Amino acid sequence: MIRVVDLHKAFGRQPVLKGINLDLETGKITTIIGGSGSGKTVLLKHLNALLLPDRGSVLVNGTDITKIGESALNNIRQKFGVLFQGAALLDSMTIYDNVAFPLREKTKLPETEIQTRVEERLAQVGLSGMGYKYPAEVSGGMKKRAGLARALAMEPEIVLFDEPTTGLDPLLGKSIHELIRKMHTAFGFTGVIVSHDIPEVFKISDRVAMLANGVIAEVGATQEFVISKNPVVRQFLHGETEGPLAVL
Amino acid sequence: MLFLIAQIGRTSLRQLAGMGQMFLFLLSAFAWAFRPPPRVRLIIQHIRSIGVDSLSVVLLSGVFTGMVLGLQGYYSLRKFNAESFLGSAVALSLLRELGPVLSAFMVTGRTGSAMAAELGSMKVTEQIDALYSMAINPIQYLVSPRIIAGLISMPLLTAIFDVVGIYGAYLIGVGLLGVSSGSYFAGMQSSVVFHDVWSGMLKSVSFGLIITWVCCYKGFQALPMATGVGQATTESVVLCFVLILVWDYFMTSIML
Repeated sequence: MIRVVDLHKAFGRQPVLKGINLDLETGKITTIIGGSGSGKTVLLKHLNALLLPDRGSVLVNGTDITKIGESALNNIRQKFGVLFQGAALLDSMTIYDNVAFPLREKTKLPETEIQTRVEERLAQVGLSGMGYKYPAEVSGGMKKRAGLARALAMEPEIVLFDEPTTGLDPLLGKSIHELIRKMHTAFGFTGVIVSHDIPEVFKISDRVAMLANGVIAEVGATQEFVISKNPVVRQFLHGETEGPLAVL
Repeated sequence: MLFLIAQIGRTSLRQLAGMGQMFLFLLSAFAWAFRPPPRVRLIIQHIRSIGVDSLSVVLLSGVFTGMVLGLQGYYSLRKFNAESFLGSAVALSLLRELGPVLSAFMVTGRTGSAMAAELGSMKVTEQIDALYSMAINPIQYLVSPRIIAGLISMPLLTAIFDVVGIYGAYLIGVGLLGVSSGSYFAGMQSSVVFHDVWSGMLKSVSFGLIITWVCCYKGFQALPMATGVGQATTESVVLCFVLILVWDYFMTSIML
């Protein structure tokens, strides 16, 4: 369980998060939506302390990760897998080595066991036999798949997805969503997705939260969220330029 | 007037904070260098990229620097009928100053800029965040091995630069201008003492530290925009050149 309590973050004089309160339920996929520049990625980066708040807390299984030392934080970070927006694969390594990287660094598994695990993950994301390629030699969709394989290499309890389908065509986007759902069924992780891909992303979400004006405007089960009467949610879901949300 | 004073104050504070951050970055790199796991393979990889890959440019610049010294030295010394001192003049200037400084400039241009660009690109494409998220400290993984490799590679490259430079000057002085081979090396033997070699090597070690430290720091500070990596690379090269020259002056004044 991740609990975000009264989270504030500003960059210089620009406040981005103005008191976020959000519970992310264990074993469920929660999607965070919101306009461009609303602070979704900033919020996501607070969940594993890649960014630290100006005020407020992030509790992971009861531990406030904003107030612990590096060693304790690293122990908690090992529970997380992250799929970054551009996949963030290390370009100096092949796809195989990228997926093997956290296993080699953080476990004492023998190389044969690592090989088995890496090949299994690559097969799960549809990249069997592509491990020898470097990130620069594969397409955007393949990079995302490889990033997902790396995020799942350590079988994490929590996986964070930063705009997993941005920059992909609708078919590839759909295949990435299906992959996330398939992996969720296989591993049972707690998923947090930041996405603009509406309504496609709702098909794989158990819960949806909407970030607007630096606070959570609405959160609830997906079926309830899509019929919400909250004017902010309605304006965003229907793409209306008139309403409580400032468009420009 | 008040606005001007406030601006000066703000700029000074910003510069001071930047310097503090740079020193903390260096301290952190040293602290992480001694924490397990040992990164021997990475250190060897970086010795290859800093040392072996810079070898050709260091050889080329070394031999031509020596040749120029041979030419200039010969015609200057001839005015005083002191051509026999060519060997000692070349050796002393190379060992004490030109070897460490010029080889450091070559490594800055060849490897330091590439280092800043690589780390800057990693920062911009979230690869450094990815390391943090995998509970791997990027300073330990990316910076400490480069600094250790710089400390090892730089004196070796300087030694090669010195030797090649001495033979470059020999080629011109002895081979072309007729200085006797015996007096070239005898003059060198009688005037060069161990302190000259040692002070040059000490300088080159400190330059190795400056290059890797500044280039890694600037790479880590790259801004996530189109010009971010380019700007970080340019800043790292300029700052390295300036710091090398300033630090060279201080070391020379202490060790003379």
